[in-house]
Amino acid sequence: MSARLELEGLSHRYRAAETALSDLTLTVEPGELVALLGPSGCGKTTALKIVAGLLRPTSGDVRVDGVSVVGTPPEKRAAAMVFQKSLLFPHMTVEANVGFGLRMRGVDRADTSRRIEEALRRVQMDGYADRRPGELSGGQQQRIALARALVTEPGLLLLDEPLSALDANLREEMRDLVKELQREGGYTTVFVTHDQEEAVVLADRIALLFDGKLQMYDQPSAFYDRPASRAAARFFGATNFIDGHATNGSVATQLGKLNLATPAAPGDVTLTIRPEAVRLEPGENSFAAQVVSAVYLGTQVHYELKAAGASLRAALPPHIRLHVGDEIEARLPAESLWPLES
Amino acid sequence: MGKRRSSIGLILVATLVALPFLPLLLWTFSGEWRFPDLLPTAWSLRGIEYLLEPGGKVLVATLNSLVIGVGVAVASVVVGLPAGMALGGYEWRFKGVVIFVILLPILVPPLASTMGVHLTFIRLGLADTIFGVFLVHLVPTVPYTAIILTSVFAERPGDLEEVARTLGASPWKAFRHVTLPDVAPGVAVAGLFAFLISWGQYILTLLIGGGNVVTLPMLLFSAASGNDPVLSSALALVFALPAILALVIALRFLKPRDGDGGNPFVGLGKI
Repeated sequence: MSARLELEGLSHRYRAAETALSDLTLTVEPGELVALLGPSGCGKTTALKIVAGLLRPTSGDVRVDGVSVVGTPPEKRAAAMVFQKSLLFPHMTVEANVGFGLRMRGVDRADTSRRIEEALRRVQMDGYADRRPGELSGGQQQRIALARALVTEPGLLLLDEPLSALDANLREEMRDLVKELQREGGYTTVFVTHDQEEAVVLADRIALLFDGKLQMYDQPSAFYDRPASRAAARFFGATNFIDGHATNGSVATQLGKLNLATPAAPGDVTLTIRPEAVRLEPGENSFAAQVVSAVYLGTQVHYELKAAGASLRAALPPHIRLHVGDEIEARLPAESLWPLES
Repeated sequence: MGKRRSSIGLILVATLVALPFLPLLLWTFSGEWRFPDLLPTAWSLRGIEYLLEPGGKVLVATLNSLVIGVGVAVASVVVGLPAGMALGGYEWRFKGVVIFVILLPILVPPLASTMGVHLTFIRLGLADTIFGVFLVHLVPTVPYTAIILTSVFAERPGDLEEVARTLGASPWKAFRHVTLPDVAPGVAVAGLFAFLISWGQYILTLLIGGGNVVTLPMLLFSAASGNDPVLSSALALVFALPAILALVIALRFLKPRDGDGGNPFVGLGKI
């Protein structure tokens, strides 16, 4: 049932000068959940609408199970979409809303009511069949929207920021529900979001988009351990960038010679390290530094360190209390330093 | 407390609306009512007989007005619905120009344009016919229905149809099962407006109908200048009836839907 989705060289221009999406190529395996992540206006919703058939790409191809669907209208694609707003049909009851896709596809009456009941139960909204959308809270509406999409047993499930209109508590609850339903049903899912945490928690793989271009397509942990670019690293909260020159095995930087666990190609290189990987101890890759500022965040304290003219951020557990002006020894563990491709 | 206050308000408003009709009602049933008397001194059914006279001109005129009005309402909505969809639901270049052109018929005095229409209609054999009157009534009504329906479409999320499409609905089915039921209250209000505008037309009917097509306003005008307050009051009551009915029905439709606005007039300022 669940389909394999391939996007190849997908581009879209709204007007001559406005490129919303350029040359997007990626494959989503059957049953996989891929997050399209990026700041607003990066083309992720455009990509999703092209997959749904609501937009025609300027160029490129969309294949479902190996068959091109670019010319296929949305109603023949078996790709159900859930939007940021629940967009329930206001003149229909919850039951009629959930059953809409089945009615449109001519599923018989007995089967329809059984599947509606089943779908409502799966989103924990049984007992609400006779309500009107206007009588439901935002979270409940979004659950019904989810049920309405899932009841058709779609080959592709397309989610366009379905959680971003909900408040924080509800968002987490819905996130878990989406994940659970997706795992149970094994739907091939594309999830659009601008929230990097949401993407990390939900996705099997994340496709990071900036300005309509794919920056990196990999498992969530890769975005922390081995980011593909400075922009990708920064989007995931790695704010330390150290320029240097690599010669066999180590990199010469302002902070001295730094050893890497992953050797960098000889030549100019930028190293990155996450603030929480910085250590306060002597040893390999250590240097003298001074605390410039400290911001207490409860579970962490964020420090700005200055060493040999370079500025570094460190996030440390709160039991280590440093004060502005303290002279310390900082260390950048070799296994946490990652050379960025320039 | 609040409930009681609002019912007092309701009675006040109802009284203010109903009060002007009281003299009309009294005149309709009066046999003799001279200056210093507060109430008629004699009663008669002359006014009612005039209205109900079998085969009489009031019945014919009412029927003409009804047929033209209903036809105009339906035709205006049929023309105004696609216009409203295009203007309210989508963004495109030169939209402002198109809105201006659509509004032109209510900006230009109808008398000016109808002169030209009259000449054309004589050539086409449409002058002095009910169909010609129906057509010329569309001139002032279509702009109104188009604008009302534009605001209806501007107020609703345009992506409901996109959802329907991804759930297996063809463009026609999406329109039929999602768009149409969703905008039905607005359509009803637009149709009522068109009907009322047609119902009240005098000049256009006179010019194009040439006295051959007699509608209620034409009878009312001649009765009002004929110096018989009994007949003109009786006619005025019949004339006011659909407007009152329309108001009651429209108010029901205009009741805001659950949550967000079902009021087609909310968005009028937006276009």
